[in-house]
Amino acid sequence: MTTAPTQNSFRNQPDERGHFGQFGGRYVAETLMPLVLELEAEYTRAKADPAFQAEFDDLLEHYVGRPSPLYFAPRLTEELGGAQVWFKRDELNHTGAHKINNCIGQILLAIRMGKTRIIAETGAGQHGVATATVCARFGLPCVVFMGATDVARQAPNVFRMKLLGAEVRAVTAGAATLKDAMNEALRDWVANVHDTFYIIGTAAGPHPYPELVRDFQSVIGKEARAQMLSRVGRLPDLLVAAIGGGSNAIGLFHPFLDDPDVKMLGVEAAGHGLDKEHAASLAGGRPGVLHGNKTYLLQDADGQITEGHSISAGLDYPGIGPEHAWLRDVGRVDYTSVTDTEALDGFQLLCRTEGIIPALEPAHAIAAVKKIAPTMDKDQIILVNLCGRGDKDIFAVAEHLGVEL
Amino acid sequence: MNRLQSAFSRGPALVTFVTGGDGPTAEILDALVAGGADVIELGMPFTDPMADGPAIQQANLRSLGAGTTTAEIFRIASAFRARHPDVPLVLMGYANPMITRGPEWFAAECVKAGVDGVICVDIPPEEDPELGPALRGAGVALIRLATPTTDAARLPAVLDGSSGFLYYVSVAGITGLQQAAQASIEEAVARLKASATIPVAVGFGVRTPEQAAEIAKVADGVVVGSALVELVAQHGENAPALVGELTRALADAVHGARSA
Ligand SMILES: Cc1ncc(COP(=O)(O)O)c(C=O)c1O
Repeated sequence: MTTAPTQNSFRNQPDERGHFGQFGGRYVAETLMPLVLELEAEYTRAKADPAFQAEFDDLLEHYVGRPSPLYFAPRLTEELGGAQVWFKRDELNHTGAHKINNCIGQILLAIRMGKTRIIAETGAGQHGVATATVCARFGLPCVVFMGATDVARQAPNVFRMKLLGAEVRAVTAGAATLKDAMNEALRDWVANVHDTFYIIGTAAGPHPYPELVRDFQSVIGKEARAQMLSRVGRLPDLLVAAIGGGSNAIGLFHPFLDDPDVKMLGVEAAGHGLDKEHAASLAGGRPGVLHGNKTYLLQDADGQITEGHSISAGLDYPGIGPEHAWLRDVGRVDYTSVTDTEALDGFQLLCRTEGIIPALEPAHAIAAVKKIAPTMDKDQIILVNLCGRGDKDIFAVAEHLGVEL
Repeated sequence: MNRLQSAFSRGPALVTFVTGGDGPTAEILDALVAGGADVIELGMPFTDPMADGPAIQQANLRSLGAGTTTAEIFRIASAFRARHPDVPLVLMGYANPMITRGPEWFAAECVKAGVDGVICVDIPPEEDPELGPALRGAGVALIRLATPTTDAARLPAVLDGSSGFLYYVSVAGITGLQQAAQASIEEAVARLKASATIPVAVGFGVRTPEQAAEIAKVADGVVVGSALVELVAQHGENAPALVGELTRALADAVHGARSA
């Protein structure tokens, strides 16, 4: 592992300008800049306010259902024949994924700032559902931007959002997926800065979003670390998480970053393969600026953004949160990728061995574990973020398996 | 005096925007000049034009769909400079295509092509090191945007390191939608001019000669974009004549605004 010489902690990023090394920052139109600064100031005040933290904790416990269990997977471990596989069960959260952790935090910030209207972008629909949920809970109107392609492939989540009272706006620009939904959300925000709060769904976007999303999601890693210590008396050897924008992964990783014996692996979506269409921005991209931050992006020689592809609507984003870009460059976290086909195998493997239907996003993490666990010793421990459940994906999976429902 | 300074020294200026590579760009640019535009903004197409409304979004996608590259944008600019040695030309676009080969590369290409200034939508003063030093070092104007949300505390940072002119975005929103109320434009222009030593041009939502004339009574320049881009969308190869006509009407309105 290589570390920067002056570095004594991996947990003190970003700097005061919102930069993680060369990544991150605030690349937004002037109209948004004052608001982004105001959000930063409010977040700084909220962090120092015990009442804010208390309300966040209370909602996570009684509304979301935290702490989520830490689960040892005996039959999966046996089948893979190597390291012990443990899961952080964030798929058991209210609304079925880790996304709600962040939404609770951001809606409390929105209310503190006196904002009366909420917007969000969504890919798989999990963040949209989580946002619609907290808006219903706090009685605020909610507009969710979703690519038209995703509206079609995530129909159950579209209906959920509508039931929860949100307006879902299908975005037809570009490939009509997550990137285009985010463009449209930014356009709405620019035009409605006076009353609107934008709840970003992953650890990306202009500073302070990558930092605050990470902080809200870090409940995953903080709980897991304490649970591991009390259950087995030591820390895991390897953490594994799927990466779309990187929020569930950074949420698990961040509290462990200064534990030198804990290795970490982020799993990007290799789609049809890294030499074909995929969404692995670290493996196949290079640094650039999009959606308010500098990070690794899938792009051509002219800096035009190329479309990501993944079987998972939650992973097909052509960028990645800036903290992951930095963690990769300083060598603290390793990153790999798995294909659509491997993810489908991982999906079925967990269903069959543990009676848990995972979302297609963590199915990527499971597919990576399937490759690595057999190469590790039986007394070693892998901790996987099971960040979402698969109810939303059963139609898409059936289609890929050639089953008609 | 450089080309931008002299364009603004003759009284209120008409600044026109079209997207490069959308339609017959060379002919369209010639029509803008012939119609009386004082400053030409050439849009660099980008896959993700986050600050643009439907008209300019689609122009970006049409241009990229037709295969426009950054090299082609600089070819268009160089050829324009050869045909029109005195008309200021400004590139407008988003950060990623501008910095992707390094800001020094981009600034050097601007100099070679005779580009006078650059407007980058998504590099605020806070991220100036990304592009500003390279442009200033090469003598290319960095034209920044001020908006209704730019308060007195921020304005000095916006002005610091910017040159050419200050582009006042009169509505908090995307291009091509509604126009701001004249009273709010007048108030904002007065406020900006009190601090700025460079000309102040007003854009976003300006479509007609009547609107342009009202704004030209108080501002140093008026920017029109979506209305021209829509003509290109509707008329394609036949757009230059219509673009020329609208430009002529706008230019007459802007240039005559203070004598009327
Ligand atoms: C269950 C689940 N996991 C992961 C992701 C990817 O996002 P992130 O990388 O921010 O965790 C999504 C996004 O929709 C999701 O729904």
